[in-house]
This record gives sequence, structure tokens and C-alpha cells, in this order.
Amino acid sequence: MIPLMGVLSAFIFAAQMVNFPVISGTSGHLMGGVLAAVLVGPWAGAIVITLVLAVQCFIFQDGGLTTLGANIFNMSFAGCAAGFFVYNLLRRLIGKKIGIAIGTGIAAWMSVVLAAALCSVELALSGIASLTGTMIAMVGTHSLIGICEAVISCLVVNFVMAVRPDLIYTNPVANR
Amino acid sequence: MNKKEIICFLLAAVLLAAVASPFASPWPDGLEKIAGDKGFLHKAETGNIITSPLADYNWPVLKNTRLGTSVAGTAGTIIVFILGWCVAKLVSRKS
Repeated sequence: MIPLMGVLSAFIFAAQMVNFPVISGTSGHLMGGVLAAVLVGPWAGAIVITLVLAVQCFIFQDGGLTTLGANIFNMSFAGCAAGFFVYNLLRRLIGKKIGIAIGTGIAAWMSVVLAAALCSVELALSGIASLTGTMIAMVGTHSLIGICEAVISCLVVNFVMAVRPDLIYTNPVANR
Repeated sequence: MNKKEIICFLLAAVLLAAVASPFASPWPDGLEKIAGDKGFLHKAETGNIITSPLADYNWPVLKNTRLGTSVAGTAGTIIVFILGWCVAKLVSRKS
């Protein structure tokens, strides 16, 4: 699990650098919370996300020091906690490899939309933006970005399932 | 994971940062675009609390070039890999 956390952190960091266009004038990039949780579990996944955000903030001055806490909360809560919950539920309900793939895709989409909604609430609570207008715009845009998140997460998880199916997180005592 | 797998996965990440990131979409991301549209983007500019030589994913020697992004991205990916490894080792030793 130690090497997997290393390469996973590196991969999510690199993937977050690659913005893709979603609609004219707006881009999106991978968040990776669900991807991390599916591979290393929700707790270790939250550590991976925190590490990526910390490096972006301290070394690349991206994201911002004063918003680092909110960023870590949004992405690890929406991605690793809520995302893993939805993923795990679907994985158990559907079962087999297809359950892992469908669970990853739906949880990934949901995690991005939820993180965007959390961010809107925080902006409103901080008195920076109005809740309704920001929420509509954020959730709308991120519903599209979420589709890309679902596709990328699914592709990576399917690839891992094909080459090293044992690397998919199944239970807390699995020794990898 | 064996050595070969680690190198393969890490190489994929490095390639992504070194080759793909310089050609990433220059458009603002979802939050940044909305912040601009709704007029609160300027509130994010508080002045620098910290300064880093690799700010904004660029290496000053190659300021604002695709190569600069590539170098910064590669450096970042390797830094994150090493930190990820160390943190994972630290956390797993306790449990």
C-alpha cells in the first residue's frame, strides 16, 4: 500500500495539471477523491488528496493558503467520504467488476457536484457571493466537469482492475 | 507492487505532467470562471503570504513557456511521489 499511495499521489497531482475544455471559456480538471478512495480506501485517500493540495498550495501557490482548509475539507469529504460511501454501496448492490466500474463512475460524478455545492455554501457563508446564484452556476458547470471525472476515474480503475485487480481497496485488513 | 510496476505507474504520472500539462486548456476552471463572472475573483488576490520559486507551475528560468510548465510539473510530480511515499510509511508504521 505504501508504494501505491506514492504513485497515486503523483498521478493525481499530474492529472490535476491537465485542464480540459468543458464549455466555451471554461475548463475543468480531475479532482481524484473517488479515484484515491477506490484504490487505497477513504482514510488513506483523504491523506493522498491532502498531500496533493498541500504541495499545490506551498510549492506552486495554487489554491491559496487561506483556503487550504476548505479545499481539503471539500475534496476529502465529497470525494473520499461521501464518494466512497456511494461507491461502496453501488459496488455491493451490483457486485463483481461491473459494480466497481459503475460505482466509481457515479460516485466520481457526484463527488465533483457535491464539492462544488460545498464550495458555494462556504463562499456564501464567508459573505463573498450570493448562495443561489453561485450554487446554480457552480452545480451546473460541475455537472459537466463531473462527467469527465467519471470517465477518467473509470478508465483508471478499469485499467488497474485489468492489470492488478488486487490493488482495488476491498477491506481495511487487506494487506497489500 | 514490485519495482517494475512502481516505475511504470510513476512514469505514466511524470509523462502526464511533462508532456500533457503544457498543452492543458488555458481557460479558467469552473470556480475561477464563475468567480470572474460573478465578480468575486478579485477577492482571491490577497497578496502573497508565501513565495515559491515554482509559483504558477512555472520555472523562472523558462518563464511562461510550455517547457517551464513541463519542468515544474515534472518536479512537482516527483516531489508528491516522494512525500506520498514518506507519509504513507509514517502512517502505516503507527497502525
